Amino acid sequence: MFELFGTKLASRLLLGTAQYPSPAVLAEAVKASGTSVVTASLRREMAGGRGGEKFWSLVNSLGVRILPNTAGCHSVREAVTTAKMAREVFGTPWIKLEVIGNHDTLQPDVFGLVEAARILCEDGFDVFPYTTDDLVVAERLLGAGCKVLMPWCAPIGSALGPVNIMALRSMRGHFPDVPLIIDAGLGRPSHAATVMELGFDAVLLNTAVAKAADPVGMARAFSKAVDAGREAYGSGLLEPRDVAVPSTPTIGRAVFS
Amino acid sequence: MKLIVNGEALEAKAATLDALLKELDYEGGWLATALNGDVVPAAKRPEFQLSEGDRIEILSPMQGG
Repeated sequence: MFELFGTKLASRLLLGTAQYPSPAVLAEAVKASGTSVVTASLRREMAGGRGGEKFWSLVNSLGVRILPNTAGCHSVREAVTTAKMAREVFGTPWIKLEVIGNHDTLQPDVFGLVEAARILCEDGFDVFPYTTDDLVVAERLLGAGCKVLMPWCAPIGSALGPVNIMALRSMRGHFPDVPLIIDAGLGRPSHAATVMELGFDAVLLNTAVAKAADPVGMARAFSKAVDAGREAYGSGLLEPRDVAVPSTPTIGRAVFS
Repeated sequence: MKLIVNGEALEAKAATLDALLKELDYEGGWLATALNGDVVPAAKRPEFQLSEGDRIEILSPMQGG
């Protein structure tokens, strides 16, 4: 069992809801993943449109918690306003805070992120900041009131997997008591297993499942990888060695010459 | 009066935000509104008077990562 802001969650996999081939596949993938939390966003509604209503009904029928995001926001004001609108619509103080600083890499504007996080934490939000693996930024976010950190392991949607293991290991070591969720950049179940083996508390992913040839199968595969990585972390991994070490006992070996 | 709704310029008769939503055929408890960059909670829409040139955002839940 895993706990975020006093809420016990059965799964350490958080799943995005975008880019699925159909709402039915999204619903099946959520079920197959075993996730307890899905992300959602707010977008402009057409006059007379009912797009939001359909999605709203769908996510409410999934029986999971919703983590609204501020995806696409490029300024503190945009992010704060979007967070407040999300709180009203989704009825939750949880917010995945994104303040994007670069169009190409979708890298967070960490300066704006810290400022927005402070405003929202003071306003009673439970902030999940989408950040980099920079330790100083992480400290500033904690100082701003964040209780959870969500570092990327590679750019959003890149599927590169953990590109800087040393930084992630360092982050885990520096913040042993802070829930750390890898958000963005995972492409394969083995990537998820790797970061879970490093001791990260959970992963949040979307594209790797939604854009798979079989999103439902991939959701299931990621679920198993997250569980396997977590169990491996808790079981004590063998450190790599530069020399061969026989696994079969050498004592009692027959001598034929 | 002239308003900017979700980035589009339009002419509206409504005097309040609540009336504007009705005039433009928006309905549902899943909508969120902002006026000139500030959130307007649903309960306050009836008392929110609109002015010429106001920028209004009307958002609803969508898929997100």
